[in-house]
Amino acid sequence: MTRGRVPGALLVPAIGGLIFLVLPLAGLLWRTPWATLPQRLTEPEVVEALKLSLLTASLATLLCLVLGVPLAWMLARVAFPGRRVARALITVPLVLPPVVGGIALLLALGRRGLLGGWLDSTFGVSLPFTTAGVVVAEAFVALPFLVISVEGALRGADTRYEEAAATLGASRWTTFTHVTLPLVAPGIAAGGVLCWARALGEFGATITFAGNYPGITQTMPLAVYQTMESGDLDGAVVLSLILLAVSVTILAALRDRWLAAP
Amino acid sequence: MSLLDARLVVRRGDFRLDVALTVGRGETVALLGPNGAGKTTALRALAGLTPLSGGHLTLAGRDLSTTPPEHRRVGVVFQDYLLFPHLNARDNVAFGPRRQGAGRRAAHATAERWLERVGLTDLARRKPRSLSGGQAQRVALARALAVEPVLLLLDEPLAALDARSRLETRAELHRHLSAHPGATLLVTHDPLDALVLADRLVIVEDGRVVQEGDAATITARPRTDYVAQLVGLNLFRGRGEGHAVRLAGDFVLTATDVVHGDAFVAFPPAAVALHPAQPDGSPRNTWPAVLTDIQRHGDNLRVRLDGPIVVAADITPAAAAQLDLAPGRALWAAVKASETRAYPAS
Repeated sequence: MTRGRVPGALLVPAIGGLIFLVLPLAGLLWRTPWATLPQRLTEPEVVEALKLSLLTASLATLLCLVLGVPLAWMLARVAFPGRRVARALITVPLVLPPVVGGIALLLALGRRGLLGGWLDSTFGVSLPFTTAGVVVAEAFVALPFLVISVEGALRGADTRYEEAAATLGASRWTTFTHVTLPLVAPGIAAGGVLCWARALGEFGATITFAGNYPGITQTMPLAVYQTMESGDLDGAVVLSLILLAVSVTILAALRDRWLAAP
Repeated sequence: MSLLDARLVVRRGDFRLDVALTVGRGETVALLGPNGAGKTTALRALAGLTPLSGGHLTLAGRDLSTTPPEHRRVGVVFQDYLLFPHLNARDNVAFGPRRQGAGRRAAHATAERWLERVGLTDLARRKPRSLSGGQAQRVALARALAVEPVLLLLDEPLAALDARSRLETRAELHRHLSAHPGATLLVTHDPLDALVLADRLVIVEDGRVVQEGDAATITARPRTDYVAQLVGLNLFRGRGEGHAVRLAGDFVLTATDVVHGDAFVAFPPAAVALHPAQPDGSPRNTWPAVLTDIQRHGDNLRVRLDGPIVVAADITPAAAAQLDLAPGRALWAAVKASETRAYPAS
C-alpha cells in the first residue's frame, strides 16, 4: 500500500493524536493507588454505584432498542411526510449539552412538567430523582446513537429480500421479524453497544434530572465527580479505573462477538 | 379460459409499459426482449411489487390488480435468487409454507419433499453462501414452488450461471416447469432459454408487445429487427405486389410466396451468395454491394454488406479467400427467390 516515506506533515500530527488520546489513560494508571486498591474495590459505596451504573445502562439500552429499532425502521422504510424533519430532530440530543438535556427532561417529565404533571396526577408516577429517572436520562442521551446506527444498517440492507418474503406470503410484520431483523442484527448489536457505552458514561443529564443520591441515582460517573469534589483524589482515580476497566472489557467482548461480523 | 389474464400498464417517468398477457393452465410463456424493454417491470407488476398505473390483472378468476404481494399466490424466482442468507436451504424453502399457516414440522416436511424433487436432499442444512450458483437456483425454484403458486414467475433464471451449469440447469428447469400445474411466466433476454423452456413466446420492445406466438412462427416470420437478429434473419418491410415486395428506394425482392399490401421479406444470411461480377440468368435477386465488415461466425465468416439494402451474409473461409474479401470491396450479392420468405405485416 504505502509508497516511499510517510510525509512528516502527516506522521507528526498522527503520533501527536495518538499520544493525546493515550496519555490521560496512562496518567490514570500511573496515579492509581495500587496498594489500597483491593480494599477500596470492596467498599459498599463503590459496589453500589457500579451495580446501579450497570443496571441503569442496560435498562436504558433495552428501552432504546424497544423504541429505537421501530423508529429507525420507519425512517428507513416508510416515506411519511415530515421524515426529513423527524430525522433532523433525532440528531438534536446528539449536539445538545447533556445538562441542557437534563433541564429539558425536568420541564417535560418533572412533577410540574408538560407530561410529568399528568403522570403524577393520574398514576402517581414521578420520574425525577428516582432510579427510573436515571434510566430515562441515559436513554434520552443514548437513543440517537442507536437510531442512527440501525437506520444506517437498514438502508444498507438489500430491500429485495423483503420483497422475496412478501411473494412467499409474509406480512409486513412477519417480514420485519423474520427477514429484516436477522439481516440487520449486526447493525443493531453495534448500535446497542454504542448506546450502552454512551449510557454508562452519562453524567450531565443524569445529575440534572435524577440528582445524586447514593444507592438510588448515583451512578459511577456521578460517584467519581463527588469523590473528586470531596478532595479524595485516590478514591476518584479508583472509581475511574473501574469504570474504564468495565467498559473496555465489555466492549472488547462484544466486539469479538458482534462487531467483527461483515 | 386462461389462468392469467392481464393487461399491465405501468408508467414510470418517460417509460410506459403496456403489455397484454394471457397464460393458460400448465402453460409456460416466455417474455423475451432486449434489456430495458420492461420485462422485469412486467414481472414485478404481476408479483405486486410494482403498482399498476392501469389495465387489469386476473388470476384464476380473481381480480388481483390492487392485492398486496403476500396475498397473490404468485411464486417468484428472482434473478439472483435472493435466498435468505440467515436461513439454511431447508428453512428457506419452508419459509413460504410456514407463512401459509403450516406448523414447523409440516413446513419442514414440505421443504424436504421439494428439496428432494430438485435433488438437493443432502444440502438441506447448508446456508446459501456455501451453495453453488446452480444449487442456489434449485433452492430458489423449490422455495417458489413450495407455496404451490397459481402463477410462477422466473426472472432471468439462468442468467447468473456459468455456461456449463446453465446447460444442465436449463434441461432440469424444463422438467420442473412442465410438471408445474399452474401458469408459468419466464422473463429472459436469452432466445435459447425462451425456445427451450417456453410453449409460447411474447416479445417485448420498448414497453410494448411486438410479436407473440410459438417458436416456429416467430423464427420463421420475425416482425421487428430485434426478433430478426435474435433468430438470425435479414428482415425488410415493403409493399407486396404478388411475388415481388417493393422496399424503400424502389428496390424489389422476389419471393415464391404471394403477398399484397404491407409485407415483410426475410432470408437467412446463409442464403446470400457473393460474386465478383454480376451473375447472369436464373430468376434470383441480385444487387451490387460493398463489403463493410467481416467477423468470425462459428466455422464460417459473417460479412456485412452495404448497398440498396443492408444485409448480413454467411460465407465459407474458402469462398472468402477466393473472392479476396476485405472491407471496401465491391461485389454482387444474390439470393434465390426460393430462399426468400414473404408474409403480410398486418
